[in-house]
Amino acid sequence: MRKKEIIAMILAGGQGTRLKALTKNNAKPAVPFGGKYRIIDFVLSNCANSSIDTVGVLTQYQPLILNAHIGIGMTWDLDRKFGGVRILPPYQHEAGGNWYKGTADAIYQNINYIDYYNPEYVLILSGDHIYKMDYNPMLEYHKEKKADCTIAVIEVPMEEASRFGIMNTHEDGRIYEFEEKPKKPKSNLASMGIYIFNWNKLKHFLKEDQKDPTSSNDFGKNIIPKMLQAGAKLYAYRFYGYWKDVGTVESYWEANMDLLKEDCPIDLYESVNKIYAFDYSLPPQYIGPEASVKNSMIVDGCIIYGEVENSVISRGVYIGKNAKVKDSVILPNVRIEDGAVVIKSVVGNGVRIREGIRVGDGSEIVLIPENKDVKENIIKG
Amino acid sequence: MGVILLNEDESNIRSLTLNRPLASIPIFARYRVIDFILSNMVNSGITNVGIFVKTNSRSLVDHIGSGKPWDLNRKIDGLFIFNYTLKQLVQEDINSFKYNMEYFFRSKKEKVVLSRSRMICNIDLEKIAMEHEKSGADVTIVYKKVENSDMFLSCDVLNIKDGKVISVGKNLGMGEKINVSMEIFFMSKEFLIQAIYKCIQEGNCSSVIDYVYRHVRDHDVRAYEFDGYLGCINSIASYYKVSMDFLDQDIMKELCSKNGYIYTKSYDSPPTKYLNGSLVTNSVIANGSIIKGLVSNSIIGRRVIIEEGAEVINSIIFSRCIIGKNVKLKNVIIDKNTIIEEDKVLIGDDKYPIVIEKGSRIYL
Repeated sequence: MRKKEIIAMILAGGQGTRLKALTKNNAKPAVPFGGKYRIIDFVLSNCANSSIDTVGVLTQYQPLILNAHIGIGMTWDLDRKFGGVRILPPYQHEAGGNWYKGTADAIYQNINYIDYYNPEYVLILSGDHIYKMDYNPMLEYHKEKKADCTIAVIEVPMEEASRFGIMNTHEDGRIYEFEEKPKKPKSNLASMGIYIFNWNKLKHFLKEDQKDPTSSNDFGKNIIPKMLQAGAKLYAYRFYGYWKDVGTVESYWEANMDLLKEDCPIDLYESVNKIYAFDYSLPPQYIGPEASVKNSMIVDGCIIYGEVENSVISRGVYIGKNAKVKDSVILPNVRIEDGAVVIKSVVGNGVRIREGIRVGDGSEIVLIPENKDVKENIIKG
Repeated sequence: MGVILLNEDESNIRSLTLNRPLASIPIFARYRVIDFILSNMVNSGITNVGIFVKTNSRSLVDHIGSGKPWDLNRKIDGLFIFNYTLKQLVQEDINSFKYNMEYFFRSKKEKVVLSRSRMICNIDLEKIAMEHEKSGADVTIVYKKVENSDMFLSCDVLNIKDGKVISVGKNLGMGEKINVSMEIFFMSKEFLIQAIYKCIQEGNCSSVIDYVYRHVRDHDVRAYEFDGYLGCINSIASYYKVSMDFLDQDIMKELCSKNGYIYTKSYDSPPTKYLNGSLVTNSVIANGSIIKGLVSNSIIGRRVIIEEGAEVINSIIFSRCIIGKNVKLKNVIIDKNTIIEEDKVLIGDDKYPIVIEKGSRIYL
């Protein structure tokens, strides 16, 4: 039988409650980002650009938009005869069925899918991180170290380390301890939620973990500590580059603003290693006679008559005359009418902001939920 | 079924057709000329399109590929590209048909829309097909009454009496109102096959369109008036005029979405970035560009870089060009992959713009 060396499994089932209204009717990985993307485009494009052609996407929460977006994977060249992208929701079987209890359980319930491809290695990824990475050097490192599991880590500022899962390592990179959100961190190497496992090893630990009724079946909380305990070889792989978990409205807004920085930490403009996104066949963007656009990103289908500054504008957005949009992230198909002012806001899909209305005053981020018709000023979130 | 004939007259638009057929000239920042007729056909419910190409087809075949953007990558029907072979003379479509007759016999479709690519419009072909059926005509030709006949030089002109075409001439651009043929023909497959056979056997006509025009009195040939926007791409002057028309929001909206979107190949370009110091007014811009300078009344393609201090006015820049610092451009068309180095100044006429050919590098 044909065999894949490595396949990827993307965890995309989380609700993302901290993104509030953005994930009311939509899974977090499918939240629009950076003008023309959805969050999951980054990790799917990373797979495509790393020549990983078999990708399972584990979905659970509000998957309609996510499923439609992924389709048969055409956008990422993942429409394949052998392999390709497969959406994997929880399912019923002989003895009933369960929702995915945790990240490890989601993989456990899909052991058959992975076994079908009989891979040497499995790459576990999160569907809600913004970064560009070639997974091949990490796989080389994993092989070189003859590891059972390799975890990608990134240096974070020491004072923020207590917000992350921290890896304590020996000098050669071998992990001796994993601490989830430690009060007194011993190192500043944070787990990026990217794991390469030897499939046979992982399968063994997944099965063991299922036998433990107290386990929450989570990679970080259960599988990794159990592997460490059993003396398995876990290594940390250092990643140098931009990586952001867009878990909260603040970090979502910040990550969008990062794209506008002069020395943008994530290069979208390379002609290789592109981030691929669904093409909506919209007309090109039109900038009107009295418009002013400064330090902003705009995409196909936008019509801009007003003023735009330090903002990310998504497809199909209309900004009327004398309207002003500053320090904001505008999601698709928003209509901002003449004279309206939007400052430091995240404006959801299909929102209409009526003539002369003010949203936000720059002090805190204001989030407008999708399809809202804004007829009154909203100054505070 | 749709049939698109690409043996179009390129003699007045040479500088943009050096490396490509007229049908794949980039237009309106993110499209190619052929996207319009092809999308019109698809949006009107046509699922089987045959494209008869001529020489220099590399760019066109690259653009159309398997027909995916138009949903024409099908098992049942779909897209058929008939390449040019040495057996054919370039201007004679009759031979292209002759060697590919099987295409017509194999298809289950009974009705044909025959067209060229150069007429830019957004048109509901289904509605006209219904009219054509109801009228019982052999052929229905779509036309538009225009006043700016100088923008349709050497296009075919229909003389119409009581809805029937009585003769067909050529437009010399004398300024009066004329009925420009939009080169869109409705007929039955049977009629088309018979016309092809007659052309070959009698030897009078080398093209089916020519056959229809010459025999308007022998058959029931009717005219259908189109009242939307029409542009014809057959010279640099008309290309420039039609492009500038696109800056009008009403025309842009009509062309891009009236009867369905215009589809095109996707390049996965990132959003366009406007930096501090950029000044963009009344312009149409595709994704993937980086703009640091001034752009006014212009059309900018994908992944164009416009450096600080550059001024682009009344110009059309194709994709992947770099406009250097302090360059001044006015009334210029710049073909793909061109680099204009710092401080260069290029100014064309507002009716007859300068054209810089593909891949040029303009130094001081």
